[in-house]
Amino acid sequence: MARRMLDASNQGLLLQFWLATSSLSKGKTRMDRNRLQHQAASMRRSLFDQGYLDEPFIQLEELQDDASPNFVQEIVTLFYTDSARLIQNIEHALNSRPIDFDKLDDYMHQFKGSSSSIRAKKVTNECTVFREYCSAENAEGCMRSFQQVKQDYAILRRKLEVYLQMVRQAAVSQKA
Amino acid sequence: MNSSGGKGSMSTASSSAAWKAVDSVPDQFPAGLRVLVVDDDPTCLIILEKMLRTCSYEVTKCNRAETALAILRENKNGFDIVISDVHMPDMDGFKLLEHIGLEMDLPVIMMSADDGKHVVMKGVTHGACDYLIKPVRMEALKNIWQHVIRKRKNGWKELEQSGSVEEGDRQQKQSEDAEYSSSANEGNWKSSKKRKDDDDETEDRDDTSTLKKPRVVWSVELHQQFVAAVNQLGIDKAVPKKILELMNVPGLTRENVASHLQKYRLYLRRLSGVSPHANNLNNSFMNPQDETFGPLSSVNGLDLQALAAGGQLPAQCLATLQAAALGRSNAKSSIPMPLVDQRNIFSFENPKLRFGEGQQQLMNNNKQVNLLHGIPTTMEPKQLTTSQSIGNINMQVASHGVQSSQNNSSLINMQVAPHGVQSSQNNSALMQMGQPQFAHAPRLPLSLGQPIISNGVAANVSTQNGIRENIRAPGYNPVPQTSSMLNFPMNHASELPGNSFPLGSTPGMSGCISKGTFQEDFNSEIKGSVGFMPSYDIFNDLNQHKPQSWELQNVGMTFDDSRHSNSLQGNLDLSQSVLVQQGFSSGQMSGQNRNAALVSKAMLSAGDSTEPGNPLNASQHLNSLPVDNTIRVKTESVADVTDNLFIDHFGQEDLMSALLKQHQGIAPAENEFDFDGYSLDNIQQDQINGIIRTDE
Repeated sequence: MARRMLDASNQGLLLQFWLATSSLSKGKTRMDRNRLQHQAASMRRSLFDQGYLDEPFIQLEELQDDASPNFVQEIVTLFYTDSARLIQNIEHALNSRPIDFDKLDDYMHQFKGSSSSIRAKKVTNECTVFREYCSAENAEGCMRSFQQVKQDYAILRRKLEVYLQMVRQAAVSQKA
Repeated sequence: MNSSGGKGSMSTASSSAAWKAVDSVPDQFPAGLRVLVVDDDPTCLIILEKMLRTCSYEVTKCNRAETALAILRENKNGFDIVISDVHMPDMDGFKLLEHIGLEMDLPVIMMSADDGKHVVMKGVTHGACDYLIKPVRMEALKNIWQHVIRKRKNGWKELEQSGSVEEGDRQQKQSEDAEYSSSANEGNWKSSKKRKDDDDETEDRDDTSTLKKPRVVWSVELHQQFVAAVNQLGIDKAVPKKILELMNVPGLTRENVASHLQKYRLYLRRLSGVSPHANNLNNSFMNPQDETFGPLSSVNGLDLQALAAGGQLPAQCLATLQAAALGRSNAKSSIPMPLVDQRNIFSFENPKLRFGEGQQQLMNNNKQVNLLHGIPTTMEPKQLTTSQSIGNINMQVASHGVQSSQNNSSLINMQVAPHGVQSSQNNSALMQMGQPQFAHAPRLPLSLGQPIISNGVAANVSTQNGIRENIRAPGYNPVPQTSSMLNFPMNHASELPGNSFPLGSTPGMSGCISKGTFQEDFNSEIKGSVGFMPSYDIFNDLNQHKPQSWELQNVGMTFDDSRHSNSLQGNLDLSQSVLVQQGFSSGQMSGQNRNAALVSKAMLSAGDSTEPGNPLNASQHLNSLPVDNTIRVKTESVADVTDNLFIDHFGQEDLMSALLKQHQGIAPAENEFDFDGYSLDNIQQDQINGIIRTDE
């Protein structure tokens, strides 16, 4: 699957990153530091290229400043908890019989709002698809779409976590 | 905040640091703008807060609507603008929008991940000053201050107008003065007005008025007391001093009463265009149709007047509420059934029926003012936030002939609907036209049916203000427009389709018509509508034109923006619709109602497709539709609808009387509306159908 391949490439990147970080000691050299940052940047780029994050995500990053140095991390964490809850609700609603499409739509709307706030393009788009099925009361379509949403969401989460770790490492290395 | 009381406009307690900045330190503005953000999504909330902070705004966030309302109530002058999400667990965003509009009259921006045109339209009709699609960009937030300025500016203008209108009225002058001074202490509009006032004036007032007068909150009870006192004295004889005595409220000053009276008069003037005798209307309107209405109506009455006076509150809301209240009571639907079955898409059968009744009653009722009252000044559509309210209004309008204005709306709707496809088309066409004009954006066309009618009636009548309001009024504006549109086709088979649409608004209309464009148009329209007032003014003048000219007018009017033109057209339609409705109410509605019903239906369906079971939208649509028809019917009395279209300019009185007159002659006109006669452009029809279909 394309996705898996992408993951592999990302993982390759991640591996490189970890190798770089692990090899770094207190006295990191500038070259090492740069490499770390470079890794982080690459990872970030891949996230964008693959469409998991939107260019607008940069806006979020730009919001991070001295006043809120961990802004991106905060919102991502918030997103995690919120979206996890929503996914659960959707799951539950999808499994109940009869399916309450209004509620489903409501949950998905919230989820879409969250993911769009975090500028997660793919997930957001898939949410739209889901909602279309929902308004058409197409249970089958909803299920399928939801699976896709979950998949995209899982991947996004993974990537985001890696990315955040990279960022953190880069920041730490910078301070050192 | 305000430094020494002597500071001109800034003396008002309400002026925030931002406002002060405007006057005293323009460069800083919009820094320091006080924003309240409401969203149940924590991620979004945090991001928004951060973005707003980056824009140098003062941000307060809360994740519950109830909390937000509490914060706002506690600190009425503590915020300049509110940004709210549409989907919230504890309270619908539109409901919150309504409340805020009524109680605090602050500009409210809605936002949502949902970009369906129905939702966006809802924002328009409910009076939101803008609608943002998530994810919200920084650029979008940077400019929100424009809504604050605009609102104040308009509010001030409202006051100015009201003041100038009542020249002969010494009392008025006094109240104006008092108002100015007290306004400084009260209401946002006051502060904006104050700012506009000469500084000397303000300074003088500072000496006389208590700069730091605590702001008087005109609660529902207080307002009712006020209205009772005014009614007792007779609106013509009601002077602040006597009112104050009658009210016997400790702590209330004559200035408070004077300024409130001025607002109230403005409001009444808007509604009826004649000496306000519709006080009772306000009262009657207050009956809360439903829970939602209840508080709102009272608030509306209260707020509307104040707002109407200040030009801030969506009088429409009040009108709608009242209309709704009225409609409720008469719910019977003597309305010709045709309305109902014309379009299965329309979910409102009842409203339609009601409309029929209402229409008739409207005719009898010269108190069109009622509806209009609600509509005055508060162009803010949000008043009718709840579609229900709109629906109610429509319904009530239909059923209740009481509130002439209301009835008009319902009538309009009804008429529109029953006319079936054609009407719907017209309506949609009209709506579209009208809608663009009405800041409400695309939504309007569809939902115009209802709100427009009522608003349209009121709005049109009230001329500029009315028009503006119509636009704002969620349902009202659209209605009139549609009606007019419908009318056109009816009588002038070719007229409407070709003429009306091509009008300047046409571009907007086409935009509207093409559902796809709604959303974009919406935003722009909203903006446009906001600044639309001036165009309306023009409209009023243009009212005189026959429908044909209507087109020209529209074109000629400041329709640089197609949307604007649309709105203008809408206005025209509105006025016409109003007229039409009136005419229809006489009972001829059958044919017309059908059209209206159809149109409404179309609109409803269109607008409601995404919101199933949203009768209000439908009713809104209906209203808008019938309005058009009615208007057409009336002017032509049979086939001369065109005249109606330009009702905008007519004062409310004129409209009313015109409508009434036409109402008499509606019977013959009914035929006009037969859809058979509709030679609506296929395009329009298609558009309508398309809209309806897509919505469905």
